[in-house]
Amino acid sequence: MNAPNSEQIRALIARGKLKDTAFQAIGICCLALGLLVIFLLVGDMLLRGLSRLNLDFFTQFASRRAGQAGILAAWVGSLLVMLVTAFAAVPLGVAAGIYLEEYARRNWVTDIIEINITNLAAVPSIVYGLLALGIFVYAFGFGQSILSAGLTLALLILPIVIVATREAIRAIPAMIREGSMAVGATRWQTCRYHIVPYAMPGILTGVIIGLARAIGETAPIITIGALTFIAFLPPLPFAATGAEGATAGLFDWVMSPFTVMPIQIFNWTSRPDPAFEVNAAAAGFVLMGMVLAMNGLAIWLRYRMRKNIKW
Amino acid sequence: MNHAMPTNDQAALKAEARSLSFFYGEVQALKNINMPIHDKKVTALIGPSGCGKSTYLRSFNRMHDLYPGNRYEGEIRFFPDNTNLLSPDVDPIEVRMRIGMVFQKPNPFPKSIYENVAYGLRVRGERNRRVLDDKVEQALRDAAIWNEVKDRLQDLAPNLSGGQQQRLCIARALATDPELLLFDEPTSALDPIATGAIEELVHELKKRVTILIVTHNMQQAARVSDYTAYMYLGEMIEFGKTDEIFIKPNDKRTEDYITGRMG
Repeated sequence: MNAPNSEQIRALIARGKLKDTAFQAIGICCLALGLLVIFLLVGDMLLRGLSRLNLDFFTQFASRRAGQAGILAAWVGSLLVMLVTAFAAVPLGVAAGIYLEEYARRNWVTDIIEINITNLAAVPSIVYGLLALGIFVYAFGFGQSILSAGLTLALLILPIVIVATREAIRAIPAMIREGSMAVGATRWQTCRYHIVPYAMPGILTGVIIGLARAIGETAPIITIGALTFIAFLPPLPFAATGAEGATAGLFDWVMSPFTVMPIQIFNWTSRPDPAFEVNAAAAGFVLMGMVLAMNGLAIWLRYRMRKNIKW
Repeated sequence: MNHAMPTNDQAALKAEARSLSFFYGEVQALKNINMPIHDKKVTALIGPSGCGKSTYLRSFNRMHDLYPGNRYEGEIRFFPDNTNLLSPDVDPIEVRMRIGMVFQKPNPFPKSIYENVAYGLRVRGERNRRVLDDKVEQALRDAAIWNEVKDRLQDLAPNLSGGQQQRLCIARALATDPELLLFDEPTSALDPIATGAIEELVHELKKRVTILIVTHNMQQAARVSDYTAYMYLGEMIEFGKTDEIFIKPNDKRTEDYITGRMG
Protein backbone atom coordinates (compact mmCIF):
# COMPACT_ATOMS: atom_id res chain seq x y z
CA MET A 1 0.00 0.00 0.00
CA ASN A 2 1.39 3.35 -1.01
CA ALA A 3 1.29 6.35 1.31
CA PRO A 4 -0.91 9.06 -0.25
CA ASN A 5 1.19 11.74 -1.89
CA SER A 6 0.85 15.39 -0.99
CA GLU A 7 -1.50 16.07 -3.93
CA GLN A 8 -3.96 13.51 -2.61
CA ILE A 9 -3.71 14.82 0.91
CA ARG A 10 -4.46 18.34 -0.28
CA ALA A 11 -7.46 17.18 -2.28
CA LEU A 12 -8.72 15.35 0.79
CA ILE A 13 -8.37 18.44 2.97
CA ALA A 14 -10.05 20.63 0.33
CA ARG A 15 -13.05 18.32 0.27
CA GLY A 16 -13.24 18.33 4.05
CA LYS A 17 -12.99 22.10 4.20
CA LEU A 18 -15.78 22.48 1.67
CA LYS A 19 -18.12 20.93 4.22
CA ASP A 20 -16.77 23.26 6.90
CA THR A 21 -17.64 26.24 4.73
CA ALA A 22 -21.03 24.84 3.81
CA PHE A 23 -21.97 24.28 7.42
CA GLN A 24 -20.78 27.73 8.41
CA ALA A 25 -23.00 29.25 5.74
CA ILE A 26 -26.03 27.25 6.88
CA GLY A 27 -25.35 28.13 10.51
CA ILE A 28 -25.11 31.83 9.80
CA CYS A 29 -28.38 31.69 7.81
CA CYS A 30 -30.22 29.98 10.67
CA LEU A 31 -28.90 32.48 13.16
CA ALA A 32 -29.76 35.42 10.91
CA LEU A 33 -33.28 34.11 10.38
CA GLY A 34 -33.89 33.82 14.11
CA LEU A 35 -32.51 37.25 14.85
CA LEU A 36 -34.38 38.77 11.91
CA VAL A 37 -37.74 37.55 13.22
CA ILE A 38 -37.07 39.01 16.64
CA PHE A 39 -35.89 42.32 15.24
CA LEU A 40 -38.91 42.53 12.95
CA LEU A 41 -41.29 41.84 15.82
CA VAL A 42 -39.70 44.32 18.19
CA GLY A 43 -39.13 46.87 15.44
CA ASP A 44 -42.73 46.60 14.24
CA MET A 45 -44.03 47.07 17.77
CA LEU A 46 -41.76 50.02 18.28
CA LEU A 47 -42.76 51.71 15.01
CA ARG A 48 -46.45 51.21 15.60
CA GLY A 49 -46.34 52.21 19.23
CA LEU A 50 -43.80 54.99 18.97
CA SER A 51 -46.38 57.77 18.93
CA ARG A 52 -47.60 56.69 22.40
CA LEU A 53 -44.20 56.16 24.02
CA ASN A 54 -43.91 59.23 26.18
CA LEU A 55 -43.92 59.96 29.88
CA ASP A 56 -47.71 60.34 30.02
CA PHE A 57 -48.08 56.78 28.82
CA PHE A 58 -46.32 55.58 31.97
CA THR A 59 -48.11 57.91 34.38
CA GLN A 60 -51.72 57.54 33.29
CA PHE A 61 -54.35 55.00 34.09
CA ALA A 62 -56.39 53.15 31.53
CA SER A 63 -59.02 55.24 29.78
CA ARG A 64 -61.90 54.77 27.36
CA ARG A 65 -60.14 57.16 25.02
CA ALA A 66 -57.09 55.51 23.47
CA GLY A 67 -55.14 58.75 23.29
CA GLN A 68 -55.33 59.26 27.04
CA ALA A 69 -54.88 55.68 28.19
CA GLY A 70 -51.66 54.76 29.96
CA ILE A 71 -50.04 51.77 31.63
CA LEU A 72 -49.50 53.11 35.15
CA ALA A 73 -51.66 50.51 36.88
CA ALA A 74 -50.21 47.76 34.70
CA TRP A 75 -46.52 48.32 35.22
CA VAL A 76 -46.93 49.00 38.93
CA GLY A 77 -49.07 45.87 39.18
CA SER A 78 -46.48 43.81 37.30
CA LEU A 79 -43.65 45.00 39.53
CA LEU A 80 -45.60 44.34 42.74
CA VAL A 81 -46.68 40.88 41.59
CA MET A 82 -43.05 40.10 40.71
CA LEU A 83 -42.03 41.24 44.20
CA VAL A 84 -44.45 38.80 45.82
CA THR A 85 -43.41 36.06 43.39
CA ALA A 86 -39.73 36.52 44.16
CA PHE A 87 -40.28 36.60 47.92
CA ALA A 88 -42.30 33.38 47.76
CA ALA A 89 -40.38 31.41 45.13
CA VAL A 90 -36.79 32.16 46.09
CA PRO A 91 -36.71 30.85 49.67
CA LEU A 92 -38.87 27.84 48.81
CA GLY A 93 -37.01 26.94 45.64
CA VAL A 94 -33.52 27.51 46.99
CA ALA A 95 -34.21 25.57 50.19
CA ALA A 96 -35.76 22.70 48.22
CA GLY A 97 -32.82 22.65 45.81
CA ILE A 98 -30.26 22.63 48.63
CA TYR A 99 -32.11 19.86 50.42
CA LEU A 100 -32.29 17.69 47.32
CA GLU A 101 -28.61 18.16 46.47
CA GLU A 102 -26.96 18.23 49.87
CA TYR A 103 -29.18 16.34 52.26
CA ALA A 104 -31.56 13.93 50.55
CA ARG A 105 -30.36 10.37 50.14
CA ARG A 106 -30.47 9.04 46.60
CA ASN A 107 -33.25 6.49 46.45
CA TRP A 108 -36.46 5.87 44.56
CA VAL A 109 -38.34 8.58 46.47
CA THR A 110 -35.90 11.29 45.45
CA ASP A 111 -35.88 9.89 41.90
CA ILE A 112 -39.66 10.32 41.73
CA ILE A 113 -39.45 13.81 43.19
CA GLU A 114 -36.77 14.71 40.68
CA ILE A 115 -38.83 13.50 37.72
CA ASN A 116 -41.88 15.35 38.99
CA ILE A 117 -40.05 18.64 39.42
CA THR A 118 -39.07 18.43 35.78
CA ASN A 119 -42.67 17.61 34.93
CA LEU A 120 -43.93 20.56 36.96
CA ALA A 121 -41.89 22.89 34.78
CA ALA A 122 -43.86 21.62 31.81
CA VAL A 123 -47.35 22.02 33.33
CA PRO A 124 -49.33 24.55 31.25
CA SER A 125 -49.63 27.82 33.09
CA ILE A 126 -53.44 27.84 32.82
CA VAL A 127 -53.47 24.77 35.06
CA TYR A 128 -51.64 26.72 37.73
CA GLY A 129 -54.26 29.41 37.25
CA LEU A 130 -57.07 26.93 37.94
CA LEU A 131 -55.25 25.56 40.97
CA ALA A 132 -54.67 29.04 42.32
CA LEU A 133 -58.28 30.04 41.76
CA GLY A 134 -59.38 27.16 43.95
CA ILE A 135 -56.69 27.44 46.60
CA PHE A 136 -55.47 31.01 46.94
CA VAL A 137 -58.52 32.93 45.78
CA TYR A 138 -61.26 30.89 47.45
CA ALA A 139 -59.90 28.37 49.97
CA PHE A 140 -57.37 30.78 51.52
CA GLY A 141 -59.59 33.76 50.87
CA PHE A 142 -56.86 35.92 49.36
CA GLY A 143 -59.32 37.07 46.69
CA GLN A 144 -58.38 38.52 43.35
CA SER A 145 -55.36 40.22 44.79
CA ILE A 146 -51.69 40.88 44.13
CA LEU A 147 -50.96 38.22 46.75
CA SER A 148 -52.92 35.56 44.86
CA ALA A 149 -51.25 36.47 41.58
CA GLY A 150 -47.76 36.57 43.09
CA LEU A 151 -48.18 33.19 44.74
CA THR A 152 -49.59 31.68 41.54
CA LEU A 153 -46.62 32.84 39.53
CA ALA A 154 -44.33 31.68 42.33
CA LEU A 155 -45.73 28.16 41.89
CA LEU A 156 -45.14 28.52 38.18
CA ILE A 157 -41.47 29.41 38.48
CA LEU A 158 -40.71 27.24 41.50
CA PRO A 159 -39.46 24.34 39.34
CA ILE A 160 -37.22 26.75 37.43
CA VAL A 161 -35.71 28.04 40.67
CA ILE A 162 -35.24 24.53 42.06
CA VAL A 163 -33.59 23.26 38.90
CA ALA A 164 -31.34 26.34 38.66
CA THR A 165 -30.34 25.93 42.31
CA ARG A 166 -29.51 22.27 41.85
CA GLU A 167 -27.49 22.90 38.72
CA ALA A 168 -25.58 25.71 40.37
CA ILE A 169 -24.81 23.45 43.34
CA ARG A 170 -23.73 20.60 41.08
CA ALA A 171 -21.23 22.88 39.37
CA ILE A 172 -19.35 23.22 42.68
CA PRO A 173 -16.49 20.71 42.65
CA ALA A 174 -16.71 17.84 45.14
CA MET A 175 -13.26 18.76 46.45
CA ILE A 176 -14.59 22.04 47.83
CA ARG A 177 -17.28 20.20 49.78
CA GLU A 178 -14.73 17.62 50.95
CA GLY A 179 -12.32 20.39 51.94
CA SER A 180 -15.00 21.90 54.13
CA MET A 181 -16.14 18.63 55.67
CA ALA A 182 -12.52 17.57 56.29
CA VAL A 183 -11.96 20.35 58.84
CA GLY A 184 -14.97 19.11 60.78
CA ALA A 185 -17.79 21.22 59.37
CA THR A 186 -21.37 20.03 59.52
CA ARG A 187 -23.44 19.88 56.36
CA TRP A 188 -25.23 23.05 57.35
CA GLN A 189 -21.94 24.89 57.90
CA THR A 190 -20.75 23.66 54.52
CA CYS A 191 -23.96 24.91 52.90
CA ARG A 192 -23.91 28.24 54.66
CA TYR A 193 -20.24 29.10 54.15
CA HIS A 194 -19.65 27.48 50.77
CA ILE A 195 -22.48 25.89 48.84
CA VAL A 196 -24.95 28.78 48.98
CA PRO A 197 -22.45 31.61 48.33
CA TYR A 198 -20.77 29.78 45.46
CA ALA A 199 -24.07 28.73 43.93
CA MET A 200 -25.57 32.22 44.29
CA PRO A 201 -24.67 33.52 40.80
CA GLY A 202 -26.37 30.52 39.20
CA ILE A 203 -29.34 30.72 41.57
CA LEU A 204 -29.87 34.43 40.89
CA THR A 205 -29.66 33.86 37.18
CA GLY A 206 -32.30 31.15 37.43
CA VAL A 207 -34.52 33.33 39.60
CA ILE A 208 -34.38 36.25 37.19
CA ILE A 209 -34.96 34.03 34.15
CA GLY A 210 -37.95 32.62 36.03
CA LEU A 211 -39.26 36.08 36.88
CA ALA A 212 -38.79 37.16 33.26
CA ARG A 213 -41.02 34.28 32.28
CA ALA A 214 -43.56 35.09 34.98
CA ILE A 215 -43.86 38.76 34.05
CA GLY A 216 -45.16 37.79 30.62
CA GLU A 217 -47.68 35.24 31.88
CA THR A 218 -51.29 36.09 31.10
CA ALA A 219 -53.42 32.99 31.34
CA PRO A 220 -53.10 32.18 35.06
CA ILE A 221 -53.54 35.82 36.02
CA ILE A 222 -56.73 36.08 34.00
CA THR A 223 -57.93 32.83 35.54
CA ILE A 224 -57.62 34.12 39.07
CA GLY A 225 -59.53 37.20 37.96
CA ALA A 226 -57.24 40.16 37.61
CA LEU A 227 -59.12 43.28 36.52
CA THR A 228 -58.71 44.46 32.98
CA PHE A 229 -59.69 48.04 33.66
CA ILE A 230 -58.34 49.66 36.74
CA ALA A 231 -57.91 53.30 37.64
CA PHE A 232 -56.18 53.28 41.00
CA LEU A 233 -52.89 52.05 42.51
CA PRO A 234 -52.56 49.65 45.43
CA PRO A 235 -52.34 51.60 48.70
CA LEU A 236 -48.83 52.71 49.64
CA PRO A 237 -47.80 51.69 53.15
CA PHE A 238 -49.01 54.35 55.64
CA ALA A 239 -50.73 56.39 52.91
CA ALA A 240 -53.95 58.12 53.91
CA THR A 241 -57.05 56.18 52.96
CA GLY A 242 -60.45 57.68 52.26
CA ALA A 243 -61.61 57.23 55.83
CA GLU A 244 -61.03 59.95 58.37
CA GLY A 245 -57.53 59.74 59.91
CA ALA A 246 -57.00 56.15 58.74
CA THR A 247 -53.78 55.04 57.03
CA ALA A 248 -52.97 51.95 55.04
CA GLY A 249 -51.00 49.17 56.73
CA LEU A 250 -47.54 48.10 55.63
CA PHE A 251 -48.86 45.18 53.63
CA ASP A 252 -52.32 46.37 52.59
CA TRP A 253 -51.12 46.55 48.99
CA VAL A 254 -50.83 42.78 48.70
CA MET A 255 -54.60 42.42 49.06
CA SER A 256 -55.37 45.09 46.47
CA PRO A 257 -57.00 44.40 43.10
CA PHE A 258 -54.58 44.93 40.27
CA THR A 259 -53.78 44.49 36.63
CA VAL A 260 -50.53 43.53 34.92
CA MET A 261 -48.85 44.40 31.62
CA PRO A 262 -49.88 41.37 29.56
CA ILE A 263 -53.50 41.74 30.62
CA GLN A 264 -53.47 45.41 29.71
CA ILE A 265 -52.06 44.51 26.30
CA PHE A 266 -54.60 41.72 25.82
CA ASN A 267 -57.39 44.06 26.78
CA TRP A 268 -56.34 46.72 24.30
CA THR A 269 -55.92 44.29 21.38
CA SER A 270 -59.46 43.01 21.92
CA ARG A 271 -61.08 46.44 21.56
CA PRO A 272 -62.77 47.46 18.30
CA ASP A 273 -61.16 50.91 18.13
CA PRO A 274 -57.89 50.50 16.15
CA ALA A 275 -56.33 53.37 18.10
CA PHE A 276 -55.99 50.95 21.03
CA GLU A 277 -53.77 48.74 18.91
CA VAL A 278 -51.19 51.52 19.00
CA ASN A 279 -51.38 51.43 22.77
CA ALA A 280 -51.00 47.66 22.74
CA ALA A 281 -47.91 47.88 20.55
CA ALA A 282 -46.36 50.52 22.79
CA ALA A 283 -47.13 48.49 25.93
CA GLY A 284 -45.77 45.36 24.24
CA PHE A 285 -42.56 47.21 23.57
CA VAL A 286 -42.34 48.29 27.20
CA LEU A 287 -42.93 44.71 28.37
CA MET A 288 -40.17 43.50 26.04
CA GLY A 289 -37.94 46.16 27.54
CA MET A 290 -38.74 44.94 31.06
CA VAL A 291 -37.91 41.35 30.15
CA LEU A 292 -34.67 42.34 28.41
CA ALA A 293 -33.70 44.52 31.35
CA MET A 294 -34.22 41.58 33.71
CA ASN A 295 -32.15 39.28 31.53
CA GLY A 296 -29.48 41.95 31.30
CA LEU A 297 -29.48 42.23 35.08
CA ALA A 298 -29.08 38.46 35.33
CA ILE A 299 -26.06 38.50 33.02
CA TRP A 300 -24.48 41.42 34.83
CA LEU A 301 -25.00 39.89 38.28
CA ARG A 302 -23.60 36.58 37.16
CA TYR A 303 -20.54 38.25 35.71
CA ARG A 304 -19.98 40.37 38.84
CA MET A 305 -20.38 37.51 41.28
CA ARG A 306 -18.47 34.88 39.31
CA LYS A 307 -15.40 37.08 39.09
CA ASN A 308 -14.42 36.14 42.62
CA ILE A 309 -15.38 32.49 42.46
CA LYS A 310 -12.96 30.11 40.85
CA TRP A 311 -11.38 26.84 41.75
CA MET B 1 0.79 -12.65 56.54
CA ASN B 2 4.26 -11.36 56.49
CA HIS B 3 3.91 -8.00 58.15
CA ALA B 4 7.08 -7.00 59.88
CA MET B 5 5.14 -6.00 62.95
CA PRO B 6 7.09 -3.50 65.01
CA THR B 7 7.80 -4.34 68.57
CA ASN B 8 7.05 -0.88 69.99
CA ASP B 9 4.54 -0.72 72.78
CA GLN B 10 1.19 1.00 72.26
CA ALA B 11 2.29 4.19 74.01
CA ALA B 12 4.18 5.09 70.87
CA LEU B 13 1.21 4.47 68.59
CA LYS B 14 -1.14 7.17 67.36
CA ALA B 15 -3.49 4.81 65.59
CA GLU B 16 -3.82 1.22 64.56
CA ALA B 17 -5.87 -0.43 61.85
CA ARG B 18 -7.24 -3.79 62.97
CA SER B 19 -8.72 -6.20 60.43
CA LEU B 20 -9.88 -3.23 58.39
CA SER B 21 -11.92 -3.99 55.28
CA PHE B 22 -13.79 -1.51 53.15
CA PHE B 23 -16.53 -1.91 50.56
CA TYR B 24 -17.78 0.40 47.81
CA GLY B 25 -21.20 -1.22 47.52
CA GLU B 26 -20.37 -4.83 46.64
CA VAL B 27 -16.77 -4.12 45.66
CA GLN B 28 -14.22 -4.82 48.34
CA ALA B 29 -11.50 -2.18 48.14
CA LEU B 30 -9.57 -2.96 51.32
CA LYS B 31 -8.89 -6.46 52.60
CA ASN B 32 -8.21 -7.13 56.23
CA ILE B 33 -5.60 -4.45 56.84
CA ASN B 34 -3.61 -4.45 60.05
CA MET B 35 -1.18 -1.62 60.50
CA PRO B 36 0.18 0.64 63.23
CA ILE B 37 0.61 4.40 62.83
CA HIS B 38 3.49 5.57 65.01
CA ASP B 39 3.08 8.76 67.00
CA LYS B 40 4.93 11.84 65.65
CA LYS B 41 6.30 9.86 62.73
CA VAL B 42 5.69 9.98 59.02
CA THR B 43 4.14 6.86 57.56
CA ALA B 44 4.04 6.55 53.78
CA LEU B 45 1.55 4.46 51.83
CA ILE B 46 2.86 3.32 48.46
CA GLY B 47 1.54 1.03 45.77
CA PRO B 48 0.32 1.04 42.19
CA SER B 49 -2.76 3.02 41.13
CA GLY B 50 -5.98 1.46 42.38
CA CYS B 51 -4.29 -0.48 45.17
CA GLY B 52 -6.53 1.16 47.78
CA LYS B 53 -4.03 3.49 49.44
CA SER B 54 -6.25 6.56 49.06
CA THR B 55 -9.29 4.53 50.12
CA TYR B 56 -7.38 3.47 53.21
CA LEU B 57 -6.27 7.04 53.96
CA ARG B 58 -9.81 8.38 53.59
CA SER B 59 -11.08 5.80 56.08
CA PHE B 60 -9.18 7.58 58.85
CA ASN B 61 -11.31 10.74 58.67
CA ARG B 62 -14.46 8.92 57.53
CA MET B 63 -14.58 10.75 54.19
CA HIS B 64 -16.35 7.70 52.79
CA ASP B 65 -19.32 8.56 54.99
CA LEU B 66 -20.08 11.47 52.67
CA TYR B 67 -21.19 9.09 49.95
CA PRO B 68 -23.89 6.43 50.14
CA GLY B 69 -23.26 2.71 49.80
CA ASN B 70 -19.86 2.61 51.54
CA ARG B 71 -19.18 0.20 54.38
CA TYR B 72 -16.33 -0.40 56.79
CA GLU B 73 -15.48 -3.57 58.67
CA GLY B 74 -12.93 -3.86 61.45
CA GLU B 75 -11.51 -1.00 63.44
CA ILE B 76 -9.14 1.89 63.41
CA ARG B 77 -8.11 2.51 67.00
CA PHE B 78 -7.06 6.04 67.80
CA PHE B 79 -4.80 6.70 70.78
CA PRO B 80 -4.33 7.76 73.54
CA ASP B 81 -8.08 7.44 74.15
CA ASN B 82 -8.44 4.15 72.26
CA THR B 83 -11.45 5.37 70.26
CA ASN B 84 -12.57 3.23 67.34
CA LEU B 85 -12.75 5.83 64.56
CA LEU B 86 -15.01 3.61 62.48
CA SER B 87 -17.55 2.88 65.18
CA PRO B 88 -21.09 3.90 64.20
CA ASP B 89 -21.32 5.55 67.62
CA VAL B 90 -18.49 7.92 66.79
CA ASP B 91 -19.61 10.99 64.88
CA PRO B 92 -17.51 11.47 61.73
CA ILE B 93 -17.45 15.20 62.47
CA GLU B 94 -15.73 14.50 65.79
CA VAL B 95 -13.20 12.36 63.91
CA ARG B 96 -12.54 15.12 61.36
CA MET B 97 -12.08 17.66 64.13
CA ARG B 98 -9.16 15.60 65.41
CA ILE B 99 -7.72 14.48 62.06
CA GLY B 100 -6.78 16.98 59.35
CA MET B 101 -6.50 16.27 55.66
CA VAL B 102 -4.63 17.69 52.69
CA PHE B 103 -5.91 16.67 49.28
CA GLN B 104 -4.33 15.59 46.03
CA LYS B 105 -5.22 18.77 44.19
CA PRO B 106 -4.96 21.99 46.20
CA ASN B 107 -8.54 22.91 47.11
CA PRO B 108 -8.55 26.36 48.67
CA PHE B 109 -12.01 27.89 49.05
CA PRO B 110 -12.76 30.83 46.76
CA LYS B 111 -12.40 33.16 49.73
CA SER B 112 -9.57 35.23 51.15
CA ILE B 113 -6.33 33.65 52.35
CA TYR B 114 -7.30 34.64 55.88
CA GLU B 115 -10.77 33.10 55.69
CA ASN B 116 -9.36 29.85 54.31
CA VAL B 117 -7.17 29.37 57.36
CA ALA B 118 -9.73 30.72 59.83
CA TYR B 119 -12.45 28.42 58.52
CA GLY B 120 -11.71 25.48 60.80
CA LEU B 121 -11.77 27.82 63.79
CA ARG B 122 -15.02 29.45 62.71
CA VAL B 123 -16.59 26.02 62.34
CA ARG B 124 -15.60 25.42 65.96
CA GLY B 125 -17.40 28.60 66.98
CA GLU B 126 -14.35 30.84 67.50
CA ARG B 127 -15.47 34.47 67.24
CA ASN B 128 -12.71 36.35 69.03
CA ARG B 129 -10.88 38.41 66.44
CA ARG B 130 -7.56 38.38 68.30
CA VAL B 131 -7.59 34.61 68.77
CA LEU B 132 -8.42 34.16 65.09
CA ASP B 133 -5.64 36.52 64.00
CA ASP B 134 -3.08 34.76 66.19
CA LYS B 135 -4.04 31.27 65.13
CA VAL B 136 -4.17 32.18 61.44
CA GLU B 137 -0.69 33.69 61.65
CA GLN B 138 0.69 30.71 63.55
CA ALA B 139 -0.79 28.23 61.09
CA LEU B 140 0.58 30.17 58.12
CA ARG B 141 4.01 30.26 59.78
CA ASP B 142 3.87 26.54 60.50
CA ALA B 143 2.98 25.92 56.86
CA ALA B 144 5.98 28.03 55.79
CA ILE B 145 3.87 30.44 53.75
CA TRP B 146 3.52 33.38 56.15
CA ASN B 147 6.27 35.48 54.59
CA GLU B 148 4.74 35.12 51.15
CA VAL B 149 1.20 36.11 52.12
CA LYS B 150 1.43 38.27 55.27
CA ASP B 151 0.89 41.48 53.28
CA ARG B 152 -2.11 40.21 51.34
CA LEU B 153 -4.18 38.12 53.71
CA GLN B 154 -7.38 39.49 52.16
CA ASP B 155 -6.43 38.42 48.62
CA LEU B 156 -8.36 35.55 47.09
CA ALA B 157 -6.70 32.22 47.79
CA PRO B 158 -7.23 30.75 44.29
CA ASN B 159 -4.96 33.50 42.92
CA LEU B 160 -1.96 31.93 44.66
CA SER B 161 0.36 29.58 42.77
CA GLY B 162 -0.31 25.84 43.01
CA GLY B 163 2.47 25.27 45.54
CA GLN B 164 1.32 28.18 47.67
CA GLN B 165 -2.27 26.93 47.49
CA GLN B 166 -1.18 23.54 48.77
CA ARG B 167 0.77 25.07 51.66
CA LEU B 168 -2.30 27.21 52.40
CA CYS B 169 -4.37 24.02 52.56
CA ILE B 170 -1.81 22.62 54.99
CA ALA B 171 -2.16 25.80 57.07
CA ARG B 172 -5.93 25.36 56.98
CA ALA B 173 -5.53 21.85 58.38
CA LEU B 174 -2.94 22.95 60.97
CA ALA B 175 -4.99 25.85 62.30
CA THR B 176 -7.15 23.51 64.35
CA ASP B 177 -4.24 21.55 65.86
CA PRO B 178 -4.98 18.11 64.43
CA GLU B 179 -3.49 15.05 66.12
CA LEU B 180 -3.06 13.23 62.83
CA LEU B 181 -2.58 14.79 59.42
CA LEU B 182 -3.55 12.88 56.27
CA PHE B 183 -1.84 13.74 53.00
CA ASP B 184 -3.37 12.29 49.83
CA GLU B 185 -0.64 12.56 47.17
CA PRO B 186 -0.15 16.21 48.12
CA THR B 187 2.47 16.95 45.48
CA SER B 188 1.08 15.15 42.45
CA ALA B 189 -0.19 18.43 40.96
CA LEU B 190 2.95 20.43 41.80
CA ASP B 191 6.26 21.16 40.10
CA PRO B 192 9.55 19.85 41.60
CA ILE B 193 10.37 23.06 43.49
CA ALA B 194 6.93 23.28 45.11
CA THR B 195 7.17 19.56 45.82
CA GLY B 196 10.49 20.10 47.60
CA ALA B 197 8.91 22.81 49.76
CA ILE B 198 6.05 20.50 50.78
CA GLU B 199 8.43 17.64 51.58
CA GLU B 200 10.54 19.90 53.76
CA LEU B 201 7.38 21.00 55.51
CA VAL B 202 6.30 17.42 56.17
CA HIS B 203 9.69 16.83 57.72
CA GLU B 204 9.26 19.88 59.99
CA LEU B 205 5.70 19.04 60.95
CA LYS B 206 6.36 15.56 62.28
CA LYS B 207 7.85 17.13 65.39
CA ARG B 208 4.33 18.01 66.51
CA VAL B 209 1.87 15.93 64.51
CA THR B 210 1.60 12.38 63.27
CA ILE B 211 1.54 12.16 59.49
CA LEU B 212 0.12 9.58 57.12
CA ILE B 213 0.98 10.28 53.51
CA VAL B 214 -0.09 8.57 50.29
CA THR B 215 2.39 8.95 47.49
CA HIS B 216 2.92 7.40 44.08
CA ASN B 217 6.48 8.65 44.12
CA MET B 218 8.81 6.15 45.79
CA GLN B 219 11.66 8.61 46.08
CA GLN B 220 9.30 10.84 48.01
CA ALA B 221 8.36 8.01 50.33
CA ALA B 222 12.03 7.27 50.89
CA ARG B 223 12.83 10.95 51.51
CA VAL B 224 10.06 11.91 53.91
CA SER B 225 8.86 8.84 55.77
CA ASP B 226 9.97 6.88 58.80
CA TYR B 227 7.69 3.95 58.05
CA THR B 228 6.41 2.68 54.74
CA ALA B 229 3.54 0.40 53.85
CA TYR B 230 3.28 -1.25 50.48
CA MET B 231 -0.26 -1.96 49.34
CA TYR B 232 -1.39 -4.03 46.41
CA LEU B 233 -4.95 -4.86 45.28
CA GLY B 234 -6.44 -3.72 48.55
CA GLU B 235 -4.06 -5.68 50.70
CA MET B 236 -1.27 -4.55 52.97
CA ILE B 237 1.65 -6.50 51.54
CA GLU B 238 4.40 -5.19 53.71
CA PHE B 239 4.93 -2.66 56.47
CA GLY B 240 8.15 -1.64 58.12
CA LYS B 241 10.76 0.99 58.70
CA THR B 242 11.33 2.89 55.49
CA ASP B 243 15.05 2.07 55.43
CA GLU B 244 14.36 -1.63 55.71
CA ILE B 245 11.54 -1.68 53.17
CA PHE B 246 13.61 0.09 50.58
CA ILE B 247 16.88 -1.73 51.23
CA LYS B 248 15.76 -5.27 51.78
CA PRO B 249 12.01 -5.83 51.36
CA ASN B 250 10.75 -9.15 52.62
CA ASP B 251 8.12 -9.65 50.00
CA LYS B 252 8.91 -10.31 46.36
CA ARG B 253 6.00 -8.07 45.27
CA THR B 254 7.31 -5.14 47.28
CA GLU B 255 10.74 -5.62 45.80
CA ASP B 256 9.33 -5.75 42.26
CA TYR B 257 7.42 -2.52 42.81
CA ILE B 258 10.27 -0.65 44.46
CA THR B 259 12.79 -1.67 41.84
CA GLY B 260 10.40 -0.59 39.10
CA ARG B 261 9.64 -4.03 37.71
CA MET B 262 5.96 -3.47 38.36
CA GLY B 263 3.53 -0.60 38.80
